[in-house]
Amino acid sequence: MSTPSVLALRQVTKSFGPVEVLHGVTLDLRAGEVLALIGENGAGKSTTMKILAGIEAPSGGRILLDGEEVSFGSLHDGEEAGVVMIHQEFNLAEQLTVEQNIFLGRELRKGLLLDKARMRRLTREYLARIDCQIDPDTLVSKLSNSDKQMVEIAKALSRDARVLIMDEPTAVLTGSETRILFEQVRALKASGTAILFTSHKLGEVAEIADTVTVLRDGTLVHDGPARDITEDQMATAMVGRDVSDLFPDKPEAAPGREVLLRVEGLSVPGRASDISFELHRGEILGIAGLIGSGRTEAMEGLCGLRPATSTRIEIGGTPVSISRPGDALAHGLCYLTEDRKLRGLLLDKGMRENLTLQALHKYGRVLIDFAAEERALDQAIDEFDIRAGARTMRVGNLSGGNQQKLLLAKVMQSEPMILIVDEPTRGIDIGTKQQIYAFLRKLAEDGHGIVVISSEMQEVIGLSDRVMVMRSGRLAKVLTGDQITEDIIVRHAMGVGTGSTERVA
Amino acid sequence: MMTTETAATKPRKALPSMSVLGPVIALLVLILVGTALNSNFLSAANITNVLARSAFIGIIAVGMTFVITAGGLDLSVGSMAAFIAGLMILVMNAALPVLGVGIPIILLGMVVALVAGIAAGLLNGFLITTLGIEAFIVTLGSMGIYRSLVTWLADGGTLSLDFGLRTFYRPVYFGGLFGISWPIIIFALTVIVGEVLMSRARFGRHCAAIGSNENVAHYSNVNVNRTRLLTYAMLGMLVGVATIMYVPRLGSASASTGVLWELEAIAAVIIGGTILKGGFGRVWGTVIGVLILSMIDNILNLTDLVSPYLNGAIQGVIIILAVILQREAKAKG
Repeated sequence: MSTPSVLALRQVTKSFGPVEVLHGVTLDLRAGEVLALIGENGAGKSTTMKILAGIEAPSGGRILLDGEEVSFGSLHDGEEAGVVMIHQEFNLAEQLTVEQNIFLGRELRKGLLLDKARMRRLTREYLARIDCQIDPDTLVSKLSNSDKQMVEIAKALSRDARVLIMDEPTAVLTGSETRILFEQVRALKASGTAILFTSHKLGEVAEIADTVTVLRDGTLVHDGPARDITEDQMATAMVGRDVSDLFPDKPEAAPGREVLLRVEGLSVPGRASDISFELHRGEILGIAGLIGSGRTEAMEGLCGLRPATSTRIEIGGTPVSISRPGDALAHGLCYLTEDRKLRGLLLDKGMRENLTLQALHKYGRVLIDFAAEERALDQAIDEFDIRAGARTMRVGNLSGGNQQKLLLAKVMQSEPMILIVDEPTRGIDIGTKQQIYAFLRKLAEDGHGIVVISSEMQEVIGLSDRVMVMRSGRLAKVLTGDQITEDIIVRHAMGVGTGSTERVA
Repeated sequence: MMTTETAATKPRKALPSMSVLGPVIALLVLILVGTALNSNFLSAANITNVLARSAFIGIIAVGMTFVITAGGLDLSVGSMAAFIAGLMILVMNAALPVLGVGIPIILLGMVVALVAGIAAGLLNGFLITTLGIEAFIVTLGSMGIYRSLVTWLADGGTLSLDFGLRTFYRPVYFGGLFGISWPIIIFALTVIVGEVLMSRARFGRHCAAIGSNENVAHYSNVNVNRTRLLTYAMLGMLVGVATIMYVPRLGSASASTGVLWELEAIAAVIIGGTILKGGFGRVWGTVIGVLILSMIDNILNLTDLVSPYLNGAIQGVIIILAVILQREAKAKG
């Protein structure tokens, strides 16, 4: 701990509008050290990284570079200072070669022309340093994900990175690719680079990190040497919040309720495989799991929104076959997308067009009955408490919460018996959240079956009667009653302490 | 399931936006200018002339409105019209010894035109939807193919309808009902059906939804591919309809038949306020667009104020102005 830090945050805060998302974070990146920053989705990891990299300015607190206070105005300043961030979505031009990418924006020149020979030589040198066998002339689009990651690292080398920040570098990598990456990380570390990375895979954190820093709700809750913390303790540090009265009361478990939906052997190629579950009448079934665990894809596959196979699907005891969204709707099965802006609503259109789009056949056989649509909109505004400045305003101009309510009203137009909602409260305020939770519970009480996919642990726990945990495209565990705790869900979602079910590549 | 609450308190905008008013004002200005410059401008003969000439592009442009609204594009319609015209003439000439001059052979020609149009539209649509190739590329390709086919069919020259047949077929362009010529009647019917389909029917709403955001449409149980395919098939059919009335006008088809029709049709659609990238379309606007374009042509021909050779330049300015107006309307809305 005696080494002075290269880059450090001191009591850094960050607010977006009136909402503070980071509450006084202090951390130190030291040369030759790997720091793992872990936390749940929305804990403030990305914001912290962006402040470190100089992409976003902090609202308060100080940033120290080599002990001197600095103010990073832009990414450029950060890169000048030798701080390089590798984003989760690669920042590479797919149609350019490896060499062109490495020198993109800072091409070496000889007079007016590009100094290709020198760039070629340097590219080979950088790639050799990280022991990477890619030809500099290869198009980036032809590379595998791990090779792209290597190119990003070579790019960072070319910028003489003293601090390398990696946002979930292993999320897209296979086990063997991760091993290669870690070898390079160790090499960089040995050469004196300070490294920060985030990961949801706690096993990796334990393997590679020297220091583990845990964020929870924008507050730093743990900071210490990796050898002093177990994976279990990491998971515990990440979770452990109280579930407030945001959620409606759960009914007493009523055994022997009718099975509304039975799914057997549901598979979505490349995304989810062999998922089987039952949904009862009057029940809210939560689906938890990390982003990328195949939750959304499995449910979209079930609803005919993407190609999927299954051994058997029964709705209300009758076997059904679903190959198109229309089939699902015809059987009373409806999916509410997680992405209201890109998949849920037509942002350029008004509320009326959006409300009735999915169930337009109800509003006239050939010609649309505008008056009936207006009546339906009146009813939806009333029932879902949609607050719009004007009736005719573009849906894109509504607030996120009102958009979400309109989306809910839209899918309810199809009068589904089984409703699958995906991230129903993403990015909306707490008051609207409560309204949506209450609505979902009421639907269940009225005899519907509800499936809630959520990345927010609180939501899954507060709302669900049972919880299905998914990991890597498979059903990891179904939890009921007292088993529904953040700790247990996180363990199953991450494959920690549940036996050696994790695949080793 | 509906509440008894009334929807009486619907706020109405005081004035329609510039994107609605713009084309209408432009058309009115053109009519005033035309009347001021030439007293014959508003004569029945001239109006009939303008409308009848507008009919070909107009009928195609109505179909194009649906294609563009659904986020597509079709560059092949001009070549397609030439090819269908050539095909029609060949088939009718070939059938002449068997059927003789009479209604049956005309009907045969019409059926050939409609079937060929629908088939050509379906082919474009299939390549675009099922195979997922860019509409611009597919129709650029088919544009070249049809143009080349008609040149080949005509052996580089002109395909002419048998003289006797031509005389018999003439009334389809030059005749009419109650003094209104057939092309105008068919154009008007196409517009009425198109407008209802676009603004009041599920099909039009689905087209706009797909053009606005394909993913949202898919997630809202709209059959994206089938709807898109239908827009191309409908456009192909309307190209067939336009050709049915074009053939009796000249009685021939050559490599230069229908040149630039696709651009005129697209221009009319855009001037009328339909958004080029899709998501919003209006058939009545397209009609105004067509009328604006043919009226400019007509005014330049009637007066010697500006050389008719500058027709294209003026149309170009109008098209660019129309898009600027659209953008401003969007920025405000």
